[in-house]
Amino acid sequence: MRALDRKLLRDFWHLRGQSLAISLVIASGIATFIMSLATLDSLQRTRSRFYAEQRFADVFASLMRAPESVEAQLAEIADLRLVETRVVAPVHLEVAGFDEPITGRLLSLPDSGKPTLNGLHWIQGGPPDPRSDDEIVVSESFALAHRLTPGSSLTAILHGRRKHLTVTGVALSPEYIYLIPPGGTIPDDKTFGVLWMPRRALQSAYDLEGAFNDVTARLAHGGSEARALDALDTVLEQYGGLGAYGRDDQLSHRFLSEEFRQLEQMATLFPAIFLSVASFLLNVVITRLVATQREQIAALKAFGYSNIVIGIHFTKLVLVIVAVGLLAGTLAGRWLGLGLSAMYTKFYHFPYLDYEVAPLFIVAGAAVAITAGLLGTIHAVWRAAHLPPAEAMRPEPPASYRVSLVERLGLQRWLHQPTRMIIRHLERRPLKSSLSILGMSFACAILILGAFFGDAIEEMVNVQLRFAAQDDATAHLIEPTSRRALFELESLEEVDQAEPFRIVPVRLRAGHKEYRTAIEGLPIDSRLAHRLDQNHRPVPIPVDGLMLSEFLGDWLGVGVGDSVTVEALEGSRTVKRVPIARLVRDYIGVSATMNLPSLNRLMDEGDAISGVRLDARGSGSSSLYRQLEARPQIGGTSIRANIIRNFYDTMAEQMLTFSFFNTLLAMTIAFGVVYNSARIALSERGRELASLRVLGFTRGEIAYILLGELAILTALGILLGFGLGWLLTAFLIQNLQTDLFRIPFVIDISTFALATTVVIVSALISAALVRRKLNRLDLVAVLKTRE
Amino acid sequence: MEPNTREGGSTTAADEHVVFRARALTKIYQVGEVEVHALRGVDLELHPGELVVLLGPSGSGKSTLLNILGGLDTATSGEVRYRDRVLTEASERELTQYRRHHVGFVFQFYNLIPSLTAKENVAVVTEIARDPMKPEDALARVGLSDRLDHFPAQLSGGQQQRVAIARAIAKNPAVLLCDEPTGALDSATGIVVLEVLDRINRELGTTTAVITHNADIASMADRVIHLTDGRIGQVIVNETKKSPSELRW
Repeated sequence: MRALDRKLLRDFWHLRGQSLAISLVIASGIATFIMSLATLDSLQRTRSRFYAEQRFADVFASLMRAPESVEAQLAEIADLRLVETRVVAPVHLEVAGFDEPITGRLLSLPDSGKPTLNGLHWIQGGPPDPRSDDEIVVSESFALAHRLTPGSSLTAILHGRRKHLTVTGVALSPEYIYLIPPGGTIPDDKTFGVLWMPRRALQSAYDLEGAFNDVTARLAHGGSEARALDALDTVLEQYGGLGAYGRDDQLSHRFLSEEFRQLEQMATLFPAIFLSVASFLLNVVITRLVATQREQIAALKAFGYSNIVIGIHFTKLVLVIVAVGLLAGTLAGRWLGLGLSAMYTKFYHFPYLDYEVAPLFIVAGAAVAITAGLLGTIHAVWRAAHLPPAEAMRPEPPASYRVSLVERLGLQRWLHQPTRMIIRHLERRPLKSSLSILGMSFACAILILGAFFGDAIEEMVNVQLRFAAQDDATAHLIEPTSRRALFELESLEEVDQAEPFRIVPVRLRAGHKEYRTAIEGLPIDSRLAHRLDQNHRPVPIPVDGLMLSEFLGDWLGVGVGDSVTVEALEGSRTVKRVPIARLVRDYIGVSATMNLPSLNRLMDEGDAISGVRLDARGSGSSSLYRQLEARPQIGGTSIRANIIRNFYDTMAEQMLTFSFFNTLLAMTIAFGVVYNSARIALSERGRELASLRVLGFTRGEIAYILLGELAILTALGILLGFGLGWLLTAFLIQNLQTDLFRIPFVIDISTFALATTVVIVSALISAALVRRKLNRLDLVAVLKTRE
Repeated sequence: MEPNTREGGSTTAADEHVVFRARALTKIYQVGEVEVHALRGVDLELHPGELVVLLGPSGSGKSTLLNILGGLDTATSGEVRYRDRVLTEASERELTQYRRHHVGFVFQFYNLIPSLTAKENVAVVTEIARDPMKPEDALARVGLSDRLDHFPAQLSGGQQQRVAIARAIAKNPAVLLCDEPTGALDSATGIVVLEVLDRINRELGTTTAVITHNADIASMADRVIHLTDGRIGQVIVNETKKSPSELRW
């Protein structure tokens, strides 16, 4: 090994604490980079493979009822290749030992052979006998939640008739990778499941003999989705078609795509922050190293080493530090990606996971990290390379200081000398001080960003499930019926109050924009369901006109006073212009609300209702829910308390894991910045501090000078971090606003407190490490040498 | 001239004639795998108000001796008494307090705080001392009344060393220890600095020890102690001291 390389290794060893701190920051950046990209890539590849293997459909349509002969008409649509009709029906389920209402969706399996589209991946068992009427296949998540295996039995209430069913198989479907109850946003494996049953049995249970009510299809090669959807709508219109849609509107597919978008964002935002901080830290450390090695550089040049060799020498040191971070980051990223993917597979049900870290990601990560490292140090390395040897032989002139701004403002009288030293030192290198503050503020901001999600979820639950919803339970009717159902439920003994609602699937159009949703009709004096204004106060239901979610209004480009075209997708299929009466703020899904009688009038129907909200005595008992389920006209029941509980249960683990890693990552930054600042300050001022020790200052008194400076940097960093965290959060959620959910921009005081605590703890750890060095200052040596 | 008055009743009769008393002082450094005997049994006394020059070539042990007297370093064996305290038994904390209140240091490279002005460099010591003089007075004594608000970077080497002397005397120390105070200065500037030390010694009666390898400086001392190889060689008492202005090198 050449002597210069030996020097490099020893310099590296000498700087090990500082370079380790920097390597950790680089590792954090690369780890998030590799983790997000590998997870994203793996999930995307897994999804594609699963879709291909099980022939996931391209277009979907539901309808009321069409005779099987219509299938031939559908098959003639030029833009479609494969068309499959089926029966889909809501179902109530009972599993022994589980008290809460369970709803499910029943899908038909073809009479013969496997489904052409949306095939099943078998986890256990196999398909039912096509001729049987009491055999079913259950989705894996539901089977796991209730420990169902082939041979298990459960009770279903099919169109009001109780029936014992036997499980023959447990399966996964590409249609239900993300499985959420209707109207929900997060999975609830215990109370919602998907089941498959032979077609004939399902048809006869739901009075749909010789008919179907659902269509899925594959697009022909080069076929246009828009044309295919139009053609489907045209054929299905007379059969009560609810509007065909493509994959982009398929719920499971959409949620996955949203998740992928978030992963993409994580793959860029976080690594960018970490690598900028690492770049700055490398700059500080290498600049200082070059300053302390002036005489050595001069001597090397005197011996005949060229500028370029000196430049390469310091560049190599940078690369060694980057390489350590890269290696650790790549390994950690690979491992974390596996964990993250595994966490995703708890919510997204894939039959397998093709996890692999593509070499391209590692190369890209290395390229980004090396670039960041070199950019940060190019100035210092250039200076080392171009240092004139004769000048470098002389010690550096004493540093120039000025009276600080704080003192010029007239505060000087109250500052004793050590404090003046702190302030003047901070002001002497405003750029370096500012960047240190900025670095620390990033740590604080990342913490705020991480913990913010907890606050946002709390706010979403509060607003959607506590302020806007006042019911105890909601019963959905299988199809719109008269108000008789309302009176029946109202008369149940445990019910205090019952309130009807009507839900009409519609297409809203404004200019070129259109959006498929449903209008909910509420009583004008609704007490169990509210729409809220910006301040979460209930707003009255307007007598006429529509109330839209702000998001939907913006998306359609309409405001209060404008009109939208409402195209009803059921019943009379009215098409009418309706004015927008109000915009409301909500976070989950989008809403379109009308006064119930107005909606009935719009639909040219009597006083039809789609369901009933109930205010129960106590908060409702399981006997009430059993009574509801027993009614054939009720297709589904949900209990608000259970929804809230499930929300927390489901999010808790995810939030905890996310917060934990986030805190860890932020600590690497906080520690990296504080520790390096402290070590550099110690190196720059060791002589001065030792001189003070000689003059009789105690260890505590000189620690004050060094650590006081860090305390000021940390305090300012935290304050700036509050602002930066606020901005970063605003930026992040700006990119996550969709019609599926909007993340509310609320940061709780406890989040600021957490961020502050973590940064301070990291700072204290670095301070303790530096304090040890401070205690070992060599007082004698410092007097015998010039700097 | 009574330098011990600030110690009040704690002084004893014996102490009034001796500020420092070193007995059989040895110091062995471990440098890598080699033992360096810096002091090999030194016996020494410094008397109140005298100006002593410790003369010796580099490596003779004079800095080690000064560092031990100043509470910066500890002896391997032997005893040092400062008045009625045994420095060789003092803890780190006690040595810090000792330096803080009793010793004034002047170093070869001044060791000023670059971020503090001349006045503040003195204040940094007076703020922690008991009964110090005002920084302005200390700087006036070294002739720098017109440089109070200058930072070290704005002062010449000689001026910086005079600030260092002002800083050393501002606490009214019992002893002023100067390690090669002119080592980094040209002779004309060095003489100005020595004049200041001589005047301080005369006016304040501060016991002063100057270490140097420059034999020319020895003639301004009351006593000259020669050190070679960690041992005291000859001790010369100057019957007639020269004034620094008469010195040439």
